[in-house]
Amino acid sequence: MGLNAAPTAGGEGFLTTTVNSVANWGRKNSLWPMPFGTACCAIEMMGAMMSRFDLSRFGAEVARFSPRQADLMIVSGTITYKMASVCRNIYDQMPEPKWVIAMGSCTCGGGPFDSYAVVQGIDEFLPVDVYIGGCPPRPEALIDAVMKIQKKIDIEGAPIV
Amino acid sequence: MSGFTLEQLSSRLGSHIESSSEFRGENTYFVAPEKISEVLTVLKEEFNFDYLVDLTAVDYLGIKSPRFEMVYYLHRFGEQYDENIRVRIKCSISEDKPAIDSVTSLWAGADWLEREVYDMFGIVFNGHPDLRRILMPEDYDEYPLRKDFDVRNREPSKRSFKKALSEGNF
Repeated sequence: MGLNAAPTAGGEGFLTTTVNSVANWGRKNSLWPMPFGTACCAIEMMGAMMSRFDLSRFGAEVARFSPRQADLMIVSGTITYKMASVCRNIYDQMPEPKWVIAMGSCTCGGGPFDSYAVVQGIDEFLPVDVYIGGCPPRPEALIDAVMKIQKKIDIEGAPIV
Repeated sequence: MSGFTLEQLSSRLGSHIESSSEFRGENTYFVAPEKISEVLTVLKEEFNFDYLVDLTAVDYLGIKSPRFEMVYYLHRFGEQYDENIRVRIKCSISEDKPAIDSVTSLWAGADWLEREVYDMFGIVFNGHPDLRRILMPEDYDEYPLRKDFDVRNREPSKRSFKKALSEGNF
């Protein structure tokens, strides 16, 4: 974006930019997360959204429990195969463009649950953009992941659909 | 019957008890599987064991024969704290066609407990009102807590997952 202020100012300035970069600028600064919390990581996710860590500083505090209003899925907690089909269904209902954060060891690789019921990493069925390790990760780690998503949107962007 | 002793209990059950043991105040009675309904009815109706604390099963593959053992934990609330009594009832179930009478008619809370045992061990409860899997997907075809099931075998879960995805059945 280029800002060209008229020399005499007073609301007379104008911007030169492309529609894509304006859209992506808006997207990265108003991510609406769909919290898919299934275990203790969800507690840290709530902590990240509350006043002490205040995810709203990054424009991502409007948790939407309807996937149709969300563009960032935060999968936080152990995902079993029985839950996986639900998780995938909710992801499919989110409108494009959308991003996924895998929060915690369980979503990244099954965590301590090397068992018959637990998915060994949600990238078996979801395209993950950012992985956060930790059991559970600190809220700062989630904020870092959101900032990485913002950077990703900034660099790669997403086409106007 | 307000107060009673465990001696009265064991003499009332009499020959239904195959063996009994006591460890640090915990009393365990072994009964025959076909008598389980009768024994538990007596315990509930005559000895006021109103509370079915837990109901579960154990797989003693390679350790004991018959292979499965059902465990019932019963609690009786006394007038005073020291009148509370807790007993454990066990019975063995063989491997081929494992089945036992349901106790849902005595304690409604046994419903989901028996479904869990069915889900994990494949023990069938005769007379259960709604014997379906409770934790694993309904089309799952293994019994995961049996000792001859590999606890890391994710293939049956994957099959159910793929089927649920393709059918849109969540």
